[in-house]
Amino acid sequence: MRYLMFVANDPDGEQLPENTTPDWVADVDARGKRLIGDRLRPAADATTVRVRKGELLVTDGPFIESKDWIAGFDVLECDDLDEAIEIASRHPMARAGRLELRPFWPFDQE
Amino acid sequence: MTFDQRQPRPPGFEDEARLAVADTAASQWASITASLIRFTGDWDLAEDCVQDAVERALARWPIDGLPDNPAAWLTTAARNRALDVLRRRQTERAKMAEVAVMAGLERAADRAEQPIDDDRLRLLFTCCHPALPVESRVALTLRMAGGLDTRQIAKAFLISESTASQRLLRAKRKISHAGIAFRVPAEHRLAERTGGVLAVLYLIFNEGYGSPDGELTREALRLVRLLVELMPDEDEARALLALLLFLQARRATRFDAAGDLVPMEEQDRGRWDRTAIDEGRWQLRRAASSGRPPGPYRLQAAIAGRHAGAESAEDTDWAGIVTCYDALLVAQPSPVVALNRAIAIGFRDGPEAGLAELDLVAAAPGLDGYYLLPAARADFLRRQGRPDEAAVAYRAAVRLAPAEHDRRFLQRRLESLRS
Repeated sequence: MRYLMFVANDPDGEQLPENTTPDWVADVDARGKRLIGDRLRPAADATTVRVRKGELLVTDGPFIESKDWIAGFDVLECDDLDEAIEIASRHPMARAGRLELRPFWPFDQE
Repeated sequence: MTFDQRQPRPPGFEDEARLAVADTAASQWASITASLIRFTGDWDLAEDCVQDAVERALARWPIDGLPDNPAAWLTTAARNRALDVLRRRQTERAKMAEVAVMAGLERAADRAEQPIDDDRLRLLFTCCHPALPVESRVALTLRMAGGLDTRQIAKAFLISESTASQRLLRAKRKISHAGIAFRVPAEHRLAERTGGVLAVLYLIFNEGYGSPDGELTREALRLVRLLVELMPDEDEARALLALLLFLQARRATRFDAAGDLVPMEEQDRGRWDRTAIDEGRWQLRRAASSGRPPGPYRLQAAIAGRHAGAESAEDTDWAGIVTCYDALLVAQPSPVVALNRAIAIGFRDGPEAGLAELDLVAAAPGLDGYYLLPAARADFLRRQGRPDEAAVAYRAAVRLAPAEHDRRFLQRRLESLRS
């Protein structure tokens, strides 16, 4: 099973003394459970794209305004949800922010 | 026993056969469903096949007589149905599943007397997976482990049948789409996940405890018994069983003939179920013998056990109950626990002390709009001989109480103040 893990900020999260994300990445990569992942520039650097009635509309900012924003992502390859939850729970942002696991939905599946 | 087809059946046999189907379904539902899920990975298929097997039994047993081994009959009928469906699907995956079903359920049928512990445990943990919404966990547990149908679930939770079946459908979809595995959680997650299963079973019990019809309370007790049987060393599971036994023992006396709530001090203690109370005591002692510090269910069971053991309302060991609430407030701090502790202090030290404790509880957040707070205040004011203030509090409680029978009870208390 593949999961896209959104890494989101959360104003109510814990303040961590240092960012240990590289340790998490090294561990998950060593076990071959992560296909790709990265940090993302903040919402101020986002660009939203739409085409309406044939016209291209490019606007500044994210399409969802929210006090928590997506700060990064990882694509996890896991046996099942429990394994993905285990991996997510060890990410420092599980404490400082929150993580959302979204299963992939391949086009050949219902 | 199988009847000789030439002999006439004894009178009443059809009813007896239907009862036998119900009994066998109740005892075998979880294990047949669980093994079908394990071998096919298909929750819908498992559910349909067990249902189909029960319907076949209802059609056949009253005519053919009871099979020699009813459990094996039902298991085989469900397996054959699953094989039919899989053969018709004719895909590679289905073929692999077919082989597994054949092998697995044949083994299961060979030892039909012997429970397949692991599968039923997998079923309970998966139905109560925290990635599912709570109401789906409840519905799924009742359907897949308890064998209740959507009509019964809808009735018990006062929801429409379509809402109930939507809940089940969405839960089964999420299990499949999100990759929720059919398994018992890893050792280091077992304690918290067991707590999750217990919470769902307690929720089912409480839902049934608030109504005169006892179906959900019986079902919850049956499932907790199953869990205790599967995890005999899990002291909190056993403590929950003790708690439910103590509560269930009083069930018959909680409502009068008109369906009105009878408060514990007015219940006919002679009609409390002594067998259930004795078993509750025994289970509680066994839970305590684990040597682990008492968890929330053991403390609640200890409180319920003290109520159940009191010969009369006046004999209640309120000092012991307050001690349990003190510990419970540490183990599981919540405004409702604090409220119940305040009430217990009022019974131990008198209404004035109770009112003072209630003021402290009311000052903390969390109980705004909760009817038991004004109801408890009203009760202490009434006992203190302050009917006017009690009336004000009773009216506030009536406005807030969500259940009809609670409102009726409070209304009666309010009216009795005038006499």
